Amino acid sequence: MSEPSAKDRRLAELRARIPEIEPAEALKLQSAGAALIDVREADEIAQGSPPGALRLGRGFLELRVEEAVPDKNRTVVVTCAGGVRSLFAAESLASLGYRDVRSIRGGFNKWKNGGLPVEVPRTLTAQERERYGRHLLMPEVGEKGQLRLLDARVLLVGAGGLGSPVALYLAAAGVGTIGLIDFDVVDRSNLQRQIVHTDDRVGTPKVESARKTLLGLNPAIKVVAHETRLDSTNVESIFDGYHVVVDGSDNFATRYLVNDACVKLRIPNVHGSIFRFEGQVSVFWPAYAKRRGPCYRCVYPEPPPPELAPSCAEAGVLGVLPGVIGLLEAVETVKVILGIGDPLVGRLLHYDALPARISELTLDADPECRYCREGAVFPGYVDYDVFCSSAGQGP
Amino acid sequence: MSKVTVRIPTALRSFVGGADEIGLEAETVGRVISVLADRHRGLIERVCDAEGRVRPFVNLFVDGKNIKTSGGLDTPLADGAVVSIVPAVAGGR
Repeated sequence: MSEPSAKDRRLAELRARIPEIEPAEALKLQSAGAALIDVREADEIAQGSPPGALRLGRGFLELRVEEAVPDKNRTVVVTCAGGVRSLFAAESLASLGYRDVRSIRGGFNKWKNGGLPVEVPRTLTAQERERYGRHLLMPEVGEKGQLRLLDARVLLVGAGGLGSPVALYLAAAGVGTIGLIDFDVVDRSNLQRQIVHTDDRVGTPKVESARKTLLGLNPAIKVVAHETRLDSTNVESIFDGYHVVVDGSDNFATRYLVNDACVKLRIPNVHGSIFRFEGQVSVFWPAYAKRRGPCYRCVYPEPPPPELAPSCAEAGVLGVLPGVIGLLEAVETVKVILGIGDPLVGRLLHYDALPARISELTLDADPECRYCREGAVFPGYVDYDVFCSSAGQGP
Repeated sequence: MSKVTVRIPTALRSFVGGADEIGLEAETVGRVISVLADRHRGLIERVCDAEGRVRPFVNLFVDGKNIKTSGGLDTPLADGAVVSIVPAVAGGR
């Protein structure tokens, strides 16, 4: 009889230390609250995996497991394809301090052949893995988060100064569907700041110009062009189905319309606005589950009269400024989609470029707000041009 | 008297000779308004209406907190407080 190989000796050692259980028992433990960890590689998992399993490939297991299973007293069941790799993984988890670690005998093959439930998880393609690799390295995004970004639908109101950087970075981040609403054409004077457009597209519709640039950056996303002026009659049909609206419009009438529709449809309204050297960013989302913040009307019940509110076309704007403010909007949008961090709900970031100062200001919901107070019946859309041109003249 | 700093928004700096901040002494936000009204009439006309109420498109903050929920114009000011005047702006393109 020959000597057992080093591998066999090691396996025998592991089997003596790690309890092995049958797939059916593993399923029972999982239903009772145990963490089921599938340590196979992505290409194996793409063929199927136990539903609800935490998919932590063997290579990154030790680095990521504490994020996924913070409680060292929770029972952990490890599986692989045949029940060997899971023994090594289980030992490693035990040495990290997990107190009750077991391995599935026969692994996923036995699980599947025994007729236990299997799901084929949606996974990223090899190309997507390469493109979004830097996202995948961060546990706050990871494959699950990247899939959420790919499934997300974000509508940008305005394909101009704010819309340009938002659109570019959301396209790059892999937001799967980006809607653009704008009725305007590219003008040479736009190019000082509207970096999604190019000089050879002067005179062409902004939504078409932006679409070309975005698909050049990321051909796998979908860009929906709404070449129209947003108004009370079309706002709901356009907003319907979008998860986030990013307001990059340039007039108060549109901002109140965007607010009212977002409040009614319970869509987060990522707000950015700019004037010369300063900008404001907030997330108006009264329906946010974790904190009750205001809507735009709570903060600004009425717009300024036109003579007190010159537009960028009249007053000018530093070309870089919409880049700064738009990118803060893009960050908030990605956070909202991923459900990570603390969104700017009930807070306003105010950026003043000349002294280089960012202030955080608190915003409170108005308990009497006709649009967003608890139990409010939506009062309807108004004539926003009249509302804004008559502002300051009293009721 | 508390020494406070008032931050002036870009849109209203032309009324204060281009300054982005003004230092003055005041015990309440209301007092800041009346001191500024004496010195810079045009600025305060754009912040408050004829009855002295803060206009609906302007928010005032003391150390980042909106005075709407901290006592309005009676909000007291500690030494070193920062009063920010923040009007709605609409630009985006």
